[in-house]
Amino acid sequence: MITRLFKFHGGIKPDAHKHESAGAAIRCAPLPSRLIVPLRQSTRATARCIVEVGEKVLKGQRIGEPEGFLGTAVHAPTSGTVIDFDRYTMAHASGLETRCVVIEPDGGDRWIEHAPFDADAAGRDATLAWLRDCGLVGLGGATFPSHVKLGKGSGVETLILNGAECEPWITCDDRLMRERADAILAGARILFRLIGARELVIGIEDNKPEAIEAMRAAAQRAGDTVRIQPIPALYPAGGEKQLIRVLTGIEIPYGKLGADYGVQCFNVGTAHAVYRAIAHGEPVVSRIVTLTGNVAHPGNWEVLIGTPIDELLPLAEPKPDTNRTLMGGPMMGFALPRLDVPVVKGSNCIISASPTLLPPPPIEQPCIRCGECARACPAELQPFELYWFSRAKNFGKAQEYHLFDCIECGCCAYVCPAHIPLVDYYRFAKSEIWARERDKGAADQARERFEFRNYRQEREKEEKAAKLAAKAAETRAKLASEGDNTAAPAAEAPATAPEDPKKALIAAALARAQAQKAAVQPRNTEDAPRP
Amino acid sequence: MIHSPYIRKPASVQRVMGLVLLALVPGVMAYASKVGAGILVNLTIATFTAIAAEALMLRLRKRLVGVAVTDLSAVVTAWLVALCFPPIVPWWLTVMAVLVAIVIAKHLYGGLGQNPFNPAMVAYCTMIVAYPALMSQWPPAGGLSFDTQLGLILGGARDIDGMTGATALDALRTGLRGGTASVDAVMQGSAFGFLGGRGWEWISLGYIAGGALLLLTRTITWHMPAAFIGTLTLVSGLFWLFDPSHFASPLFHLASGGAMLAAFFIVTDPVSGATTPRGKLIFAGGIALIAWLIRSFGAYPEGIAFGVLLMNICVPLIDMKTQPRVFGHRSTPHRGDGGASR
Repeated sequence: MITRLFKFHGGIKPDAHKHESAGAAIRCAPLPSRLIVPLRQSTRATARCIVEVGEKVLKGQRIGEPEGFLGTAVHAPTSGTVIDFDRYTMAHASGLETRCVVIEPDGGDRWIEHAPFDADAAGRDATLAWLRDCGLVGLGGATFPSHVKLGKGSGVETLILNGAECEPWITCDDRLMRERADAILAGARILFRLIGARELVIGIEDNKPEAIEAMRAAAQRAGDTVRIQPIPALYPAGGEKQLIRVLTGIEIPYGKLGADYGVQCFNVGTAHAVYRAIAHGEPVVSRIVTLTGNVAHPGNWEVLIGTPIDELLPLAEPKPDTNRTLMGGPMMGFALPRLDVPVVKGSNCIISASPTLLPPPPIEQPCIRCGECARACPAELQPFELYWFSRAKNFGKAQEYHLFDCIECGCCAYVCPAHIPLVDYYRFAKSEIWARERDKGAADQARERFEFRNYRQEREKEEKAAKLAAKAAETRAKLASEGDNTAAPAAEAPATAPEDPKKALIAAALARAQAQKAAVQPRNTEDAPRP
Repeated sequence: MIHSPYIRKPASVQRVMGLVLLALVPGVMAYASKVGAGILVNLTIATFTAIAAEALMLRLRKRLVGVAVTDLSAVVTAWLVALCFPPIVPWWLTVMAVLVAIVIAKHLYGGLGQNPFNPAMVAYCTMIVAYPALMSQWPPAGGLSFDTQLGLILGGARDIDGMTGATALDALRTGLRGGTASVDAVMQGSAFGFLGGRGWEWISLGYIAGGALLLLTRTITWHMPAAFIGTLTLVSGLFWLFDPSHFASPLFHLASGGAMLAAFFIVTDPVSGATTPRGKLIFAGGIALIAWLIRSFGAYPEGIAFGVLLMNICVPLIDMKTQPRVFGHRSTPHRGDGGASR
């Protein structure tokens, strides 16, 4: 077997800060006083609420019905009573609200009846539907629906399991691999069969030797020939495209998916959840969350989806000088707008930050075009050029220089000696471009509406005229038949008056068109620039 | 609100500029000991002028004076100006040159990061056009006492012909212009050392040591020094092999004038230079070619400064035409091997 590894351009090696939270085993977080379960648990799709306020629910009971192509089901994370269905702030940098079901736990944590799912007997389509109904989304953070990613079941040669976990501070995948390697491997094999792959590779950064060892031991126990591949620890090796590049050499351009190139990638946490869904029939109601940073007791916790962060943080005991709380890692995560937001399926880490631990960036200085950013960029962009273009609001040029290939990994801003918040400039440029495209879309729609209105009015006018013409012809015909006896004047009538209404209609339309043409053309030529 | 990333490498513009200054120290030391300690006076004058001009301009432009002055970029410009100039130029010439560099070439274009032309080279070209005589008076290596140098710098009477000699590049040009003498014959003169100008070999070595420091600390990449030195060697070598009696050897070209200063400290200026890997090669190679042409056929003994400015003009075009390929955007998508390996 070829075990050659590939390199991606750039990358950085920040202080890993893994040891703080990697030492202790995963513990179960206690039941919070209430659970705020957002119905928007996968990218771009919100589930339809199927419970009512006051209803009693059991753990694992479906409370949100999947809707649309990207929809996945949402479940009650514990048994209790639905006490509210309203809009609550999301765990998102924007601080926007989304519809949430609020459940007050009854303390019993009683499961709904559930049974293992026989994937082999049910067949592929039914299994994918089952995963969707179990609320399976990518637990690495992107929360893309797994059943969509599993696609049509052909064309994917290599299935990659992402255990790289390249962001500093985060250790939830590390702990999961150390403690539940067998389940991860079993889940990976389920995914492997569903996707019809020929090769299974598990990529783990080499700064997690215990996890690599645990996965190898699990493979040995299962008699599995899976390739467990340590990869050099280099941020962002855990980015999907970077990991695919490192393990296979394939580069997936912007706008393309791994499946287009015969490779698909799942997070180890997702594989674990798939195993629980198939082997135990359990939907996704919890996940592992790293609590770390400026805290007395960093560690990993199995947390129910919907647990408010402010009820979770005391488990780690943040120190008094904590001034911010980040969700995700320090490279791509975001500062929580408020602390009563719930844990969602993509929440892998919560970092308590203090001014000494994560100091505010120094004052922004002018770009000296030193090119450090270009040397660090894993997308092989020229970040400083994008910065100049974004700053100058020259968005066309920014797009020409591949702004949308930027994965916002933050390497450029990390190395910048001028301390320029480069990624902020790209986010700004991207959102401006999106806004303009939306505006343009809206304008297009308005124009189409306007044109259709004109067309409709024109059509109505024509119909009216045709009716009138038909009526006139009828009257004339009547008059003509009446005047047959009086001879002479009737001779001119048949020559001008059409014989039937249809012809009258055509003639009228033609005349109108000509008149219109005559009226419009001179105006146009007047306005036209003369050579 | 501060957005990600929340961590940053301990790097700063100040650190970059500080490293450049540190890397210049070996060359400056060799300069002071081999040619004359007058250079230290000039460096001091240039430094203070640069800081004052920088602070004044920042104030006029309503910028944060404190942060920008301490970024040391003005000091780097000042040092480069002083090191390009003859060490016995009168103080007012140094002051004027630094003012041209900082006020006109840098701040009138928008300050640090915005200047399309290398400020030190703008200053050099302005002064060699405006004061050709003063800019051509180089003392013979170690030939003048410090007192004499100081006197000249502070504006003493310039009975200059008795004290200064031609530089190696100058002597070679004048010698060859007669048409009869060959390179070898000319190079018997007192201006020449074992490679290029007498004493200058050591200064060049000092600059090379500094350049090595910049390469090791990844402050500069190999592209520009390699392309500059490579092109200069190649063109001068070809002509030297073709007609050694009329063209100086590559080693002479490399060891003379400001070749090494240029290779590691001047063409590598990130602000006004090309930025893409291929662009850097073209940019520095172009400078070397123009410098050699001017040295060999032009009216000025040294052509690097003009080469830099001419290539500065080309930078936007070079950068635009040499944009590297972006991740995933190769001509044919493929699996595994082939072009994927690096």
